[in-house]
Amino acid sequence: MIPAAFSYKRAGSVGEALDLVAEHGEDAKFLAGGHSLLPLMKLRLAVPEVLVDIGRLGELSYVRADNGDIAVGALTSYHDLAGSSLLARELPLLACAASQVGDPQVRHRGTIGGSLAHADPAADLPAVILALDAVLVARGPSGVREIAAADFFVGLFESALEPGELLTEIRIPRPAAAGWSFQKFTKRAIDWAIVGVAVTGSRVALVNMGQQPVRASAVEQALAAGAAPRDAAALAADGTSPPDDLNGDARYRAHLARVLTARALAEAAARG
Amino acid sequence: MKVSVTVNGSPVTAEVPDRTLLVHFVREEAGLTATNVGCDTSSCGACTVLLDGQSVKSCTVLAAQADGRAVTTVEGLAGPDGELHPVQRAFRQEHGLQCGFCTPGMVMAAVSLLAENPVPTEDEVRLGLEGNLCRCTGYHNIVRAILAASEEGAAGALTAIGAVHEEQVS
Amino acid sequence: MPHIAVQTDQRGAEGGHVSILGTRVVRTEDPKLLTSGGTYVEDLRLPELIGAARVTFVRSPMAHAEIAGIDGSGALTVPGTVAVFTAQDMDDLSPPPPASDPGSEGAPLPMGGPYAEPLLAIGRVRYVGEPVAMVLTDDSYQGEDAAELVSVDYVPLPPVIGFDAVAGTGTLLFPGTGSNIAVAMGAPADDSVFDRCDVVVRQDIVNQRLAPVPMEGRAVAAHFTDGKLTVWVSTQNAQISRFILAGVLGMDPSTIRVITPDVGGGFGAKVGLDRDAIAVAWAARRTGRPVRWTETRSENLVGMTHGRAQRQSVTLGGSRDGRILGYRIDIIQDTGAYPRMSGFLPTLTSLMAAGPYDIAQVQTAYRVLLTNTTPISAYRGAGRPEATAAIERAIDLFAAETGLDPADVRRRNLIPPDRFPHTMPTGAVYDSGDYATGLDKVLAAAGYAGLRAEQARRRERGDVIQLGIGLASYVEITAADAAAGETARLVVHADGTATCYTGSSAHGQGHHTAWAMLVRSDLGIPMDQVTVVHGDTDLIPEGVGTYASRSLQLGGVAVHKAALDVREQARRVAADMIEAAEADMELDTDTGQWQVRGDPGTGRSWADVASHAGPDGLVAAVQYSEGQPTFPFGSHVAVVEVDTETGKVRLIRHVTVDDAGTVVNPLLAEGQRHGGIAQGVAQALLEEVVYDAEGNPLTGTLADYAAITAAELPSFELVGSETPTDVNPLGAKGIGEAGTIGSVPAVQNAVIDALSHLGVRHIDMPLTPARVWAAIGQAREGA
Repeated sequence: MIPAAFSYKRAGSVGEALDLVAEHGEDAKFLAGGHSLLPLMKLRLAVPEVLVDIGRLGELSYVRADNGDIAVGALTSYHDLAGSSLLARELPLLACAASQVGDPQVRHRGTIGGSLAHADPAADLPAVILALDAVLVARGPSGVREIAAADFFVGLFESALEPGELLTEIRIPRPAAAGWSFQKFTKRAIDWAIVGVAVTGSRVALVNMGQQPVRASAVEQALAAGAAPRDAAALAADGTSPPDDLNGDARYRAHLARVLTARALAEAAARG
Repeated sequence: MKVSVTVNGSPVTAEVPDRTLLVHFVREEAGLTATNVGCDTSSCGACTVLLDGQSVKSCTVLAAQADGRAVTTVEGLAGPDGELHPVQRAFRQEHGLQCGFCTPGMVMAAVSLLAENPVPTEDEVRLGLEGNLCRCTGYHNIVRAILAASEEGAAGALTAIGAVHEEQVS
Repeated sequence: MPHIAVQTDQRGAEGGHVSILGTRVVRTEDPKLLTSGGTYVEDLRLPELIGAARVTFVRSPMAHAEIAGIDGSGALTVPGTVAVFTAQDMDDLSPPPPASDPGSEGAPLPMGGPYAEPLLAIGRVRYVGEPVAMVLTDDSYQGEDAAELVSVDYVPLPPVIGFDAVAGTGTLLFPGTGSNIAVAMGAPADDSVFDRCDVVVRQDIVNQRLAPVPMEGRAVAAHFTDGKLTVWVSTQNAQISRFILAGVLGMDPSTIRVITPDVGGGFGAKVGLDRDAIAVAWAARRTGRPVRWTETRSENLVGMTHGRAQRQSVTLGGSRDGRILGYRIDIIQDTGAYPRMSGFLPTLTSLMAAGPYDIAQVQTAYRVLLTNTTPISAYRGAGRPEATAAIERAIDLFAAETGLDPADVRRRNLIPPDRFPHTMPTGAVYDSGDYATGLDKVLAAAGYAGLRAEQARRRERGDVIQLGIGLASYVEITAADAAAGETARLVVHADGTATCYTGSSAHGQGHHTAWAMLVRSDLGIPMDQVTVVHGDTDLIPEGVGTYASRSLQLGGVAVHKAALDVREQARRVAADMIEAAEADMELDTDTGQWQVRGDPGTGRSWADVASHAGPDGLVAAVQYSEGQPTFPFGSHVAVVEVDTETGKVRLIRHVTVDDAGTVVNPLLAEGQRHGGIAQGVAQALLEEVVYDAEGNPLTGTLADYAAITAAELPSFELVGSETPTDVNPLGAKGIGEAGTIGSVPAVQNAVIDALSHLGVRHIDMPLTPARVWAAIGQAREGA
């Protein structure tokens, strides 16, 4: 219920945040909205000795058109993503997914950067970012670098961020495909997806079908080869290793992936 | 560390351990015990307060993160003469509470919901309460209360509170 | 559209009297709860608790193990740690209770002798979450730090998990007892009645283990000084709690005061108080320092008792035209690691096994099985939801087998209204009921024929989303312990206000409002001048408290009788004041005036009369028992949509008749029905406590235990029905648990009904998407 003791530091700038984390190394973690990290700390599954609060870095909270991209600041909350008129016009997939994360209270605090850096395969935004072929911008002690979404999620709760690196921006190419769909299958509205599917154009990504978000590449290849969406959807579970848990075994999840992919492709086709 | 939070319009400053949760700061340092702790996995919403006008689970916010910010709890909803907020009034009229333990968090979640969506449908109300558990009421009368409050223009009352708090923080 | 709730009593036009009883009165409890909040144990800021040490328990992570050693020295290095206690320190307790008397199997009492449950584990742990040690610290943040550093050496023992352990080959939880079956009762199976039936259906059914999850977990604070122990505890029964504390701590009850502050829900899991709370009280006595403990939710999900956990084998037989001739239920009651309730729960299941049906032969039997899991106790319905869920499933299986409409099968077999009071083959004596009318009312309100037509259309089209209609008719027993009665003491003070001391113990039910309504109705004292007090053993030394849906019919009637007693005393006093004859005196309950009949000019207020009576005003104390339980009844219709591709279920309508006799306040009665329905739907669709084969709980946080939210429920459609009882003068039965009893089987039956055309016969609860999809798959393969 109560985190182990730690030392709290507040960063006034991105530079200061990087310096503070570099100073404390492995013992330090960034604190954004805190809705992935603090629950772990309260159960003492994570015990950082130093928290560097970046939550006041308002300069990292934005959604804007930036030439050929939509640029989203890493500290933009789910609530702001869900309510962004720019996203509603140009990238409704991201707004829609953000509007379904957790509950209203979580959405007021949680951020896209926090979600992506946490790299939970059962979370919604990692799969969406993967489907969108986004580019993630990170800043670290050795400077700025860009990481393709396909390279960003490397394992269970493991992103490609180096220690001491901070995710600052997510860039999605414009225009996005007209056809899109987000299918999140849960037991209760508030639950994590048992399985989820994000479709943008003919790109399909899956939530909770492995240790990281995955593209349903067999589906994409079939679509590219001219297969009907229903037939392509039948391949949704190919190459995946879905988990077994209280909400369903691997076989059920594979079935859901197929059903939800078919529904997502149909909905995307109706939109685009 | 020293943390200063404006709670229901009044500044509260205390020297607290860095790991202090906002809910405990509100309960112990501000002395306002209406807001309850109902779980340890950010699931139940009993601890819901407004942080700068937005509903948050105060068990999943560090007091340090609220330093310099404004918090509103159920104790801060009624008017200066004790006149109930439309949401409080509606909860009573519609019997939207039984044991009362989830109620402060539920009321604050409702206030925030109506501020963002002043005329919600029943489905929108139910979905908007997904983060607030109640074991006694079956939610039926809570939903009625929120719809009734929306008819009474509750959203306007919140805007007034939010504006007052913003003034005090800046 | 909002109701306009009646704030105060109504007056009829032209001064005629209209009773407040039966009107929608908003609660007197609410203003405080909605503004400054309730005062639950954790909120207490009393002088006696200043400087209280915080208790944090060290709990077993093992389901079954011997304790080789406990080393608390690490905890003592944490700043703020006051003490570490284990069972070895508790050398000043009463000896454990002796073995239970034969014949006490049906009583809700823990079994003693070899099954006696210690406060802190002695030598062995038997469930994950069992308290092993307690750490006292200056504040709660330090407590978790210190508890982490208590080191316990466990030697694992093979765990006993699951109903199949009834076969008896597993390790004994209690060496020397010879079996993990703690109680076995009932008639041996006699198949002769079924051999004579045209149609016999059999089914094994699991009524799954649930966690009560009151929003406030367990909490207690204690203070010991000058030989007197004061305990503030979140309980449903202050007097029973005092009795338990006195027994365990070896103290005279007069040296113990138990105070019940506001309680954030109980649902049967806060009856009395349990070992953790008693240990806290012990620590206050041992250290002389006030102590307090508020459990976390994770502790609550493994430490508070669970509910249900029965496996049932049912057999139902009858004629092809739908007449049921015989029913048998064999129950395995998983009771967890300690038999806290002996055979009480399956005894109630057996008593109510045949429900509202006229079945000539009813056979019941049960075995109580010990397993290395959290102990089982009462949870909303306590044995009766299990009974109703079983027979309602059996009825639907019988209907499917005979090809008859499930509503017709029920109607065919419901006990007719001219048979009451009716003695069941199980021994239950049902007081009053009109079961067929209840069924017909709910079917009409649901639009049953139209629903069946819509279902047929969707089947014809082969829609992905199929419609299911589920029925349940039930009767349930309330105030099962009616003989214990309830107390009320009513005082009308010299200023004309009144205080009502009740033995009942509300934890959300609104008794303060309802009892004030009764006083208003009987005496004409306005509700805002009536104070209701409960839950303090210094003020109310005798009382039973609130469970078993007993409070209105016992506690409320006790208040009513105390009011009538006060009224008669006042009549004498008023007559004396006015120098009139007693027989000529009347009380105008609209104005609260005593006067000579028809002569308001002689009117005297309650203040006048009470102060004339003496400095203590008017007092009446009542111990009331109605003498026998009552039997509310009803019928539910659940309408679900099932996505046959994913298995997901959506409850789209839930329509009920819940008839508990006279309704004193419809607002409160509806609230109880709503809450009960929601918990029943939760059992049917979502909730289950799950253990793995090693006895590790897999649903130990609210992230995993799927408590139901507003997003999973529709608004409910409640139909009114009041069939009074003559067992008590109010004509009231209990409503608190009825909603749960009816809703569980209605929803379960609805989901199975949605899929019956695919060949699905039965699915065990909870009907999660994965389970429903698997059932569809199995049925298709079997086709």
